Amino acid sequence: MADFLLELMSEEIPARMQAGARNELARIFAECTSEAGLSTGVIDAHSTPRRLVLIARDVAEGTQASREEIKGPRTSAPEQALDGFLRKTGLTREQLEERDGVYFAVVDRAGKAALEILGETVKRIVSDFPWPKSMRWGSESLRWIRPLHGIVAMLGEEIVPVEIDGLTAGATTVGHRFHHPGPITVGSAADYLEKLRACHVIVDQEERERIICDGAKAAAAKAKLSLLADEGLVVENAGLTEWPVPLLGEFDGDFLDVPREVIVLTMRTNQKYFACTASDGGLAPAFVCVANVAAEDGGVAIVEGNRRVLAARLADARFFWEQDLKVPLDEQVKKLGGIVFHEKLGSVADKVDRVAKLGRWLADSGVIKADANAIERASRLAKADLVTGMVGEFPELQGVIGGYLAEAQGEGRPVAHAIRDQYGTPREPVSAAVALADKLDTICAFFGVGLRPTGSKDPFALRRAAIGSIEIIVSSGLRLSLTSAIRGALANRAAQAKTTEAAHRLDSTAPEILEFFADRLKVQQREAGVRHDLVDAVFSLGGEDDLVRLLARVMALQNFVETEEGANLLTAYKRAANILKKEKWAGTSGSGGNALEEQEKALIAALDNAGPKASAAIEKEDFTSAMAALASLRGPIDCFFDHVTVNDPDPVKRERRLNLLTRFRDAVNQVADFSKIEG
Amino acid sequence: MGHSRLSLSFQDLILTLHNYWGARGCVILQPYDMEMGAGTFHPATVLRSLGPDSWKAAYVQPCRRPTDGRYGENPNRLGHYYQYQVVLKPSPDDLQQLYLGSLVEIGIDPLKHDIRFVEDDWESPTLGAWGLGWEVWCDGMEVTQFTYFQQVGGFECRPVTGELTYGLERLAMYIQGVDNVFDLRFNDSGVSYGDVFLENEVEMSTYNFEVADTDALFDLFKKAAAECEHCLDAKLPIPAYEQAIKASHLFNTLQARGVISVAERQAYIGRVRDLAKAACGAWLETSKGNNA
Repeated sequence: MADFLLELMSEEIPARMQAGARNELARIFAECTSEAGLSTGVIDAHSTPRRLVLIARDVAEGTQASREEIKGPRTSAPEQALDGFLRKTGLTREQLEERDGVYFAVVDRAGKAALEILGETVKRIVSDFPWPKSMRWGSESLRWIRPLHGIVAMLGEEIVPVEIDGLTAGATTVGHRFHHPGPITVGSAADYLEKLRACHVIVDQEERERIICDGAKAAAAKAKLSLLADEGLVVENAGLTEWPVPLLGEFDGDFLDVPREVIVLTMRTNQKYFACTASDGGLAPAFVCVANVAAEDGGVAIVEGNRRVLAARLADARFFWEQDLKVPLDEQVKKLGGIVFHEKLGSVADKVDRVAKLGRWLADSGVIKADANAIERASRLAKADLVTGMVGEFPELQGVIGGYLAEAQGEGRPVAHAIRDQYGTPREPVSAAVALADKLDTICAFFGVGLRPTGSKDPFALRRAAIGSIEIIVSSGLRLSLTSAIRGALANRAAQAKTTEAAHRLDSTAPEILEFFADRLKVQQREAGVRHDLVDAVFSLGGEDDLVRLLARVMALQNFVETEEGANLLTAYKRAANILKKEKWAGTSGSGGNALEEQEKALIAALDNAGPKASAAIEKEDFTSAMAALASLRGPIDCFFDHVTVNDPDPVKRERRLNLLTRFRDAVNQVADFSKIEG
Repeated sequence: MGHSRLSLSFQDLILTLHNYWGARGCVILQPYDMEMGAGTFHPATVLRSLGPDSWKAAYVQPCRRPTDGRYGENPNRLGHYYQYQVVLKPSPDDLQQLYLGSLVEIGIDPLKHDIRFVEDDWESPTLGAWGLGWEVWCDGMEVTQFTYFQQVGGFECRPVTGELTYGLERLAMYIQGVDNVFDLRFNDSGVSYGDVFLENEVEMSTYNFEVADTDALFDLFKKAAAECEHCLDAKLPIPAYEQAIKASHLFNTLQARGVISVAERQAYIGRVRDLAKAACGAWLETSKGNNA
């Protein structure tokens, strides 16, 4: 047994693709070797910007010769079936055996040396690699993520013989592009990693990540600063370097007038720098860049170069920021009429009108206790930052920039915060109103023109908007009839569209949206550990569109059905419901006849007691008490089933007993539709 | 770097690159005598990247981007600037090494500076072209766009052309350690970039943003498009392509004047692309472009 080493050396692989490439490399290798029956030990895949590496431990020397009998078609089967079987086995008709009217093929597989199997494996890796986007180069027909220049393939100390489109596998690679550009001869998998390390290449990306993470922290700490942690940036920098060297630089503190998010984002997205904070938590005028070279001067020139690039970027950002500050948001708002929100849904100005209206309604109807004027003001200004230079440069800062501008231009805190947090799930009342109105409007507007999410397609992120709405409603405990809000939002759009079609569709669209919310609620609650069947059970009651009350019911129900009493009541309920279903019992008024059994009397008494109690508790939204009241039915119903025959030969008795079961079922159903509960 | 006495002037930077790439077999061309937004538009790149023949060329191309003009007030943005363009077809195996050699030649020591190839896929909607490659970073600054063409004018590139586009002003600012483009030493006899181009930037910004007669521009756009089709009918791909370049620049100027709405924008880009594609298709029918 020996270890196998594969290095595919290319021009720079995009950092964001490396993790996927490592997984694919290991997957294809494992597939090929297992198909060939070649056993291997642990498989490790690594990547650097210029190489994909796989090391497989303990590869067997080869595969054993084997003989396999394969059953083919019946001898009476059509000619095509036989042809297919011959193609599959590679045999001729004469070589087949016939037994009991069926063809059998005996296929001998010669044992194969590991070298041969590995050669085929490497070929398949190179030809079938599923890069997200591949390319050609020169006059080659090969495709790879970027030009592929070398293959090292070794089993133990032996080179795996393989040639792909003029590239021949060998034992030679190169080190770091600048530190060790000359050839390196690899001895085997055993010395590969260390040999490359000696040539300024750290093959293991996790080690590079650690060096970057620790080095960046240390560089910041040396200047008495803290590094703003950013795992994604660590991984990206590790994907851009073979020999990472974190370096601390400083920039002009005057730039700190620009909003912090802008500076951090400029550094991260455009330059891949880490940001630093001072001891007071504020942003420090410093950055950590990660060089790919141990520079002769210790990095002085590199830091200086990076500082100048950053200064130019921040100067640009400051220019936009200062320009934006000069224009009142009220002025910017006037430009929103020229921006299309969606071709079927008018302009952003139209959207702003609708959000303002819905937001105001949330306050006027008492759903949110907040100043309706503040909500309207924030809604009116919320989208103004879309036309600012800053958001033009950094679209991901929409909202944030508007918030800063609003505060700088003298808007009140609640308004500024509402603008800042409109895309999130805020709890401050004005913010919650604007964010909720915005999301509800988006969902309703798109549904209103038939653009609802389908399957995996959700181009307008309506599912996320629904989840966000649910979070706002639940976290702030907003008592809201979702149906009213949805109908209001739909009507707002219908009024703008001025088509009777939109108005007519309202009645069919509103229930669709409510159902969409129910689905999202289930997804969201499942993640929180709530059983989806319980959500269904409550939704099935119909008419429950107050999410806060709905969830309170669900929670009480979940607590209840998980107790022994609850489980037993559920069993009894199902039994009752099954009987009623089987008898197709629609209920009558018959309760007569004489000689009520004891158990009937007891159940009637229990229902007389528990029914009103449960109703009263539900009225007060005290669902736990409602459940407790229902729990008192458990004993009487169990006794009833144990001693009373429902389908009595006497039709009068049968009728009153079926009606009694109906009463029992309906009492339980006040809280939730128990028939939807599983188990 | 900051060693201004040792560093190359703007014109010496160009001459050094000319010598370097000339010595490596490139035809050193002069700028194309038409207005265009990028060195890629030069027929020596677009048309020559199509068809089977080998081709190596290097040239400076003045680029006009009317919307980027800042009246000479921004230290980093210009409405008119220079690109240094190198095209090698088929792209040689050592293209990266050749490129890095050119950096050393102009005074960038890769053991002292941090040179990186950062993913950047290139696409030109107006040329119907795309390729994969990187932006090359030197100490965090993008100094070159490095692309392996995959398609031009909607046609597969076989063989593949390797394209290097150096941003000359940025590179010079970096080498000279200058923070304002107008402070660049144009030569070593006391002439600055601002001496040569500041007035140009001011006047051209004013023209492009405020003065250009938009009715006339719309009319010229239509005429260029019609003339392009006229040339295509006559099976003359090069004049047809020139008209497509002309239409592209007119579109850019109209954009700077702010008279093309977002909705119309796509339609104009599509129109130019159709013209460019048709010219490329016609080129492939000629003996130069013939795949046969």
